[in-house]
Amino acid sequence: MTAPAWLKTTGFYTLVAIIVIQALFPFYYAVLTSLEDGQALFDVNYLPAVFDLSNYRSMLSDGVFGKQIVNSVFVATVTVIISLFLAITASFALARIRFRGRGLLLLTILSVSMFPQIAVLSGLFELVRAFGLFNSLWSLVFSYMIFTLPFTVWVLTTFMRALPVEIEEAAIMDGASSFTIIRRIFVPLLWPAMVTTGLLAFIQAWNEFLFALTFLSTDAQRTVPVAIALISGRSEFEVPWGNIMAASVVVTLPLVVLVLIFQRRIVSGLTAGAVKG
Amino acid sequence: MASVELKNVCKSFGTVEVLRDVNLALEGGEFVVFVGPSGCGKSTLLRLIAGLEDISDGDLMIDGQRMNDVLPAKRGISMVFQSYALYPHMTVFENMAFGLEQAKLSSDEIKARIAQAADMLQISDYMERKPRQLSGGQRQRVAIGRAITRQPRVFLFDEPLSNLDAALRVDTRLEIAALHKRLADTTMIYVTHDQVEAMTLADRIVVLNAGNVEQVGTPLELYARPASQFVAGFIGSPRMNFIVGEVAAGHGAATFGIRPEHVDLSRDKGLWKGTVRLTEALGSDTFAHVDTETAGMVNVRLAGAEPIGEGEMVFLTPQPDAIHLFDASGRPVHGARAA
Repeated sequence: MTAPAWLKTTGFYTLVAIIVIQALFPFYYAVLTSLEDGQALFDVNYLPAVFDLSNYRSMLSDGVFGKQIVNSVFVATVTVIISLFLAITASFALARIRFRGRGLLLLTILSVSMFPQIAVLSGLFELVRAFGLFNSLWSLVFSYMIFTLPFTVWVLTTFMRALPVEIEEAAIMDGASSFTIIRRIFVPLLWPAMVTTGLLAFIQAWNEFLFALTFLSTDAQRTVPVAIALISGRSEFEVPWGNIMAASVVVTLPLVVLVLIFQRRIVSGLTAGAVKG
Repeated sequence: MASVELKNVCKSFGTVEVLRDVNLALEGGEFVVFVGPSGCGKSTLLRLIAGLEDISDGDLMIDGQRMNDVLPAKRGISMVFQSYALYPHMTVFENMAFGLEQAKLSSDEIKARIAQAADMLQISDYMERKPRQLSGGQRQRVAIGRAITRQPRVFLFDEPLSNLDAALRVDTRLEIAALHKRLADTTMIYVTHDQVEAMTLADRIVVLNAGNVEQVGTPLELYARPASQFVAGFIGSPRMNFIVGEVAAGHGAATFGIRPEHVDLSRDKGLWKGTVRLTEALGSDTFAHVDTETAGMVNVRLAGAEPIGEGEMVFLTPQPDAIHLFDASGRPVHGARAA
């Protein structure tokens, strides 16, 4: 005995609706709040009531917020570029070159991502100080590699293993050096996987809070998650929700745009296990 | 005309010895086929010549120069891979140009060479397509074209037909034979496990078994005078009948070999009496599997669509001058040929 078709359809779309609401409602509410000003903030409403951009205007004219966005873009972009470069060269070695301790090395790389941030924080702080990177954006680029590299290396190694060895051998016969093979053969073939992992790394770096809070000390150096958390009102009793929400919306948009741009790449990256010659 | 010479070549992976003391001398312009069952080391031997694997011991000479430590691309060799190994993200033209770009040729030279190869292989119409938009046969041609443009001294084929369907395989086989005629100066080495490909293409065949060269010779030499029981069983289709026991002992050997086409079948008299168990009619030939009293199961080839019923009682007689005798170690026994 099976349920009638309409029941199945309804059940399916109800479930979809629940998931969509769960995922999107918080952001929708942030957008709604960011467009309201003054006392209107505290009226609970679920449909747009007013359209007031003053929160955005005050955030962006505030001086350092623009600089902070640039900081975030810089940190996340540089982290992604360096991670991908290191990961693709590392995965070439890990996937294609036989050497003693290869399996152990892969496990070690994975285990790096096992430590909670808070556990490595104080040690990392000492390192950052020792390298003279305190209050420099490079301290974040450096420390974010701890969590971006293990997974970019692992994902790219898996993808590279799936590429037929004969393609590489054909390139060797054609006289290509290892670096040429990586640049002309592997990078184009692994491009979907690189976009996917790069985007995930970008999101992680963009959202990271704890390291950014610890290693940077001045407003002008801060990245946006910390900056938003530290937005304060005129007195300690006032939380400027309007500004916070406007800033949150502003920092979410780049991610949404990136995902939309690379959407098709991501899908093919997630499914492109079989690269057929 | 590039000769290829292997002197005492050995290859082992860790403690596993894949090739033992291989000695071969291939003449320039020759078409040589390495044939053998899977795991016999034939592909490894090809990869040693290509430079994709290091030679553990011994020397590889091309045109008299030692090549052991020369980079693959500098050996004057092209290779066609089993899976074609085309670069999936490049067009046919780019696939063919890649190696030439690495060799730093001028773009005019590259275009000229590709145009010539494309013309020869009739692939000029899809130079701008990606490999995934091509059929298996077209990919095969592109792979060959890519190898030709490098103008190699030695051309290597690693089971190039095994991914094609039966009809296409025969056509491509003929094309490779024609290619060999056109590139008469190029030495070609071809690896296959299919003895029909070996017989039809080769000037000389190298039969490999378990890392050893069993025999080197022209196709007809191998067919007529196999140097071991292994070669006798491997060359020729269907397989030679091997008969042990009384019949072999009567000839002073451990194994008595006779090809299906060298057994005469008669309904009223002959040496071995038996019952037809199974027949395979191919139109041009009919194969009868006969269960004989003295010699066990014997496969017999009959010309044409011979009407022979299963269960019929027949007599078989091996042709006396086509008998092969082997001792217990599989070596041929000579001088005991009297039937």
